[in-house]
Amino acid sequence: MENIFTGIAAYLEGLLAGAPPWAQTISMGLLYLVGVLAFIFLNALYLIYLERKISAYMQQRIGPNRLGPHGLLQSVADAVKLLGKEDIIPRGADKWVFIIAPVIIFIPAVMVYAIIPFGKGMIPVDLNIGVFYFLAVASTTTIAILMGGWGANNKYALLGSMRSVAQMVSYEIPLTFSILGVIMLAGSLQTSRIVAAQENVWFILLQPVAFLIYFIAATAEVNRGPFDLVEGEQEIIAGPYTEYTGMRYALFYLSEYANLVSVSALAVTLFLGGWHGPWLPSWLWFLIKVYIMIFIFMWVRWTFPRIRIDHLLGFNWKVLLPLSLANILVTGVGIKIYQLLTLGRW
Amino acid sequence: MPDTTALFFWLLAAIVIASALAVVLLKNIVHSALFLVLTFAGVAGLYILLSAEFLAAVQILVYAGAIAVLIVFAIMLTRRGDIRASNLFNVNYLAAAVVSLVLFVIAALATGRMTWMTTTGPGPGSNVGAIAEAFLGPYAVPFEVAAILLLVGMVGAILLARGGKQDQ
Repeated sequence: MENIFTGIAAYLEGLLAGAPPWAQTISMGLLYLVGVLAFIFLNALYLIYLERKISAYMQQRIGPNRLGPHGLLQSVADAVKLLGKEDIIPRGADKWVFIIAPVIIFIPAVMVYAIIPFGKGMIPVDLNIGVFYFLAVASTTTIAILMGGWGANNKYALLGSMRSVAQMVSYEIPLTFSILGVIMLAGSLQTSRIVAAQENVWFILLQPVAFLIYFIAATAEVNRGPFDLVEGEQEIIAGPYTEYTGMRYALFYLSEYANLVSVSALAVTLFLGGWHGPWLPSWLWFLIKVYIMIFIFMWVRWTFPRIRIDHLLGFNWKVLLPLSLANILVTGVGIKIYQLLTLGRW
Repeated sequence: MPDTTALFFWLLAAIVIASALAVVLLKNIVHSALFLVLTFAGVAGLYILLSAEFLAAVQILVYAGAIAVLIVFAIMLTRRGDIRASNLFNVNYLAAAVVSLVLFVIAALATGRMTWMTTTGPGPGSNVGAIAEAFLGPYAVPFEVAAILLLVGMVGAILLARGGKQDQ
């Protein structure tokens, strides 16, 4: 069980043994890409169902229950329905910007999975700047949202994309600073080494404040409630996605769930010990922890009312940012005191 | 893999130059700004080929992720009547030629005068630690001065936009 995925990868690599090295590198890279894409699609399909079920139970409803057992085939039917929808491009839209925006938003959403350690030895690319790469790539999501909102040539879409810039650019800062505490403890940006450093004690115990800041900022980064101002349907219809239909709309939706999974996976990697856990295979542990994080994200979304935009930004700059800076200071002092106590020197 | 490195270098160089030309030549200023993002991303790719991964990530985070977004944002807020003709050309060819030539000469002189240290060995495995030690050690003061300069610039921009005292 433990080695099922690494075994498959090793078997396929063995099949390529005769090929030249560059062909091996490229085909293994493609293999990892296919694996990551399959992971994203399966999760997104299931997460839409999960979100509808959880929101239904929280609102004392039943949720989808007609298609298949317990409505499990609902998402499949929805996906097929979206594929068949008419593809509408508004006459006033900036055609090319409008068309490529949903494609571009999907690129960073997939790229960030490169550094996620899914299990023991199951990391697509073990970059030495791992976490930093994640943050850098994820920061470009804003451009795609801006493109979608501006290209549609719709007031609500433009308003939504302006909100997304204000929100995502500001919440990136406490997000980065909260991760710094973990990096100081692990002494590395490499995700495999951060997971290895948590073999005995998870960083959520050493960095509870950082975890809280990360959680709040990540909620804002993936535009989920109570920070879903970018697409607040009571105020601005659907924000940047207002004019999108069919598959293009589905791509935005898909990348949103892909981002939800990736920030949860990063939270597990940084704070919840990654794939460490007893008895069960490492990848199963990782998946269980990711789903616990996703459940908390959904729980929060369906429990809290939406926050006003000025409160949102004020909260970021006046509460989260000073708190995350203080956390870095305390962590630094703590590390030095710990070194003094255990090693007897600075 | 020397061949693939060269292949990727030329591919990235073509992307960078083509998108940089698009920045200058396109009539729609929003499209220009979006091609600027592509230029930044291509340069980040070149950094990766030089095994400067940290610099590449900074390039993406700061330039493509923050500065480009701010540029696009500012352009989108100042909407004009016809966005399709917002990045216009004029006929001052002579002035443009002089400025471009002087800039090119300065850049060429600066890069030509510098003695670049070259090596045929493999790049350093991780350069994050070295960069951090340089920033917090010998280059701490220049680093802080640059930070203060940025802060002053930001405060100045806010003051200019808000109009100083009469607002209080």
